[in-house]
Amino acid sequence: MRRFLASALFLSSALPVLAAESKGGFPPFNASTFAGQLFWLALTFGTLYLLMSRVALPRVGAILAEREATIETSLAQASKAQAAAEAEAQGLEQALAKAKANAQAIAQEARSKSAREIDAKRSTVEKDLAAKMVAAEASINETKTKAMGNVEDIAREAVSAIIEQLSGKAPTAAAVTKAINAARGE
Amino acid sequence: MAQPGTIDPIHQFEIQKLVPINLFGFDMSFTNSALWMVIAVAVTTLVMVYGSASRSIVPGRLQSLAEMAYEFVANTLTGVTGREGMKFFPFVFSLFMFVFAANMLGMLPGSFTTTSHIIVTAAFAMLVITVVLVAGIVGHGSHFFGLFVPSGVPGWLLPFMVLIEVVSFVSRPISLSLRLFGNMLAGHIALKVFGAFVAALLGAGAAGILAPLPLLLAVALTALEFLVAFLQAYVFTILTCVYLNDALHPGH
Repeated sequence: MRRFLASALFLSSALPVLAAESKGGFPPFNASTFAGQLFWLALTFGTLYLLMSRVALPRVGAILAEREATIETSLAQASKAQAAAEAEAQGLEQALAKAKANAQAIAQEARSKSAREIDAKRSTVEKDLAAKMVAAEASINETKTKAMGNVEDIAREAVSAIIEQLSGKAPTAAAVTKAINAARGE
Repeated sequence: MAQPGTIDPIHQFEIQKLVPINLFGFDMSFTNSALWMVIAVAVTTLVMVYGSASRSIVPGRLQSLAEMAYEFVANTLTGVTGREGMKFFPFVFSLFMFVFAANMLGMLPGSFTTTSHIIVTAAFAMLVITVVLVAGIVGHGSHFFGLFVPSGVPGWLLPFMVLIEVVSFVSRPISLSLRLFGNMLAGHIALKVFGAFVAALLGAGAAGILAPLPLLLAVALTALEFLVAFLQAYVFTILTCVYLNDALHPGH
């Protein structure tokens, strides 16, 4: 900056010689133009000052203030909406957790209920089977005894028939029983 | 008019009457300088008034520009003087926009740079100092002159300190006006000189092969001048803010 000033002073001292042929020397130092320049400067700068202070600056200031207010309210609204959304999300999460616990309880109950039912069914079936087995065993025993009883009769009849075939004379029942008992008792 | 082949970098600063007007015996002609002042005001008004006309919450291009200018100057002002400086905002804003527009419009080829005339920059500087003095005296009465009496200085040194403070205060408008004037003037002269070099070299036969060198320099200088055009408007504004701060908060 200082260098510019220095060069300006140098040039302004050197150049008027060049410009002297055109009228009135170095123009910025030509005092005859001062009054006119001051007059027009006052006029134009005054106009500019009035236009800026009365019209432009209040308007731009109002625009900026309005924008700031708009941004502030929008931000406040946004943060409020965010808080509401967060609360809602929390509520949903709680509801979800509750529903999950509920579902687990229901599943647990259903499981234990079905297990109990199955147990009961199995025990009845087992009891039934046991009873049936006992009955079957009894009937087997009966059949066996009966069959064994029949075997004795058959054997006796067969013995008396064989002896009748062999000797032509039917043995007495007592003799057959005695013989069979003897054979069994051996 | 410069003769062909000669360099006349001063010609661009000449005031030419466009519409001769004589008021109260003074020459108030509408000149090229007045024309570019009017254009500067018109451009600023276009951006600031027409640009903000739609008052949209989501700004368009021109409105963004207007808001940017508003916030830039408002931040500069409040950064130096605090909130209470905002009562000078229209003044500081008009000052910045006028100087900035005048500096930038001066970069247009064939245009006139109103801020390259010492009377214009001096008028602005005097206006700033007047505002500072009036605001200081209205706001603080005789306390304002405490500005010239630094605290914590031994008694025998005080007269000297007061003298130095007064001199520094008085030199403010001088440095304020000379800085802007000198920068604008020197930059435009340098641009013109290098431009004329290119033309002269091109007309000098075999030496024309060297013409691109000053051309490159002229291009670089043009970029620099755009920076200077903004920077000087900014410097003018921020110094105005600093001086206004003295009026608002006198006493060291």
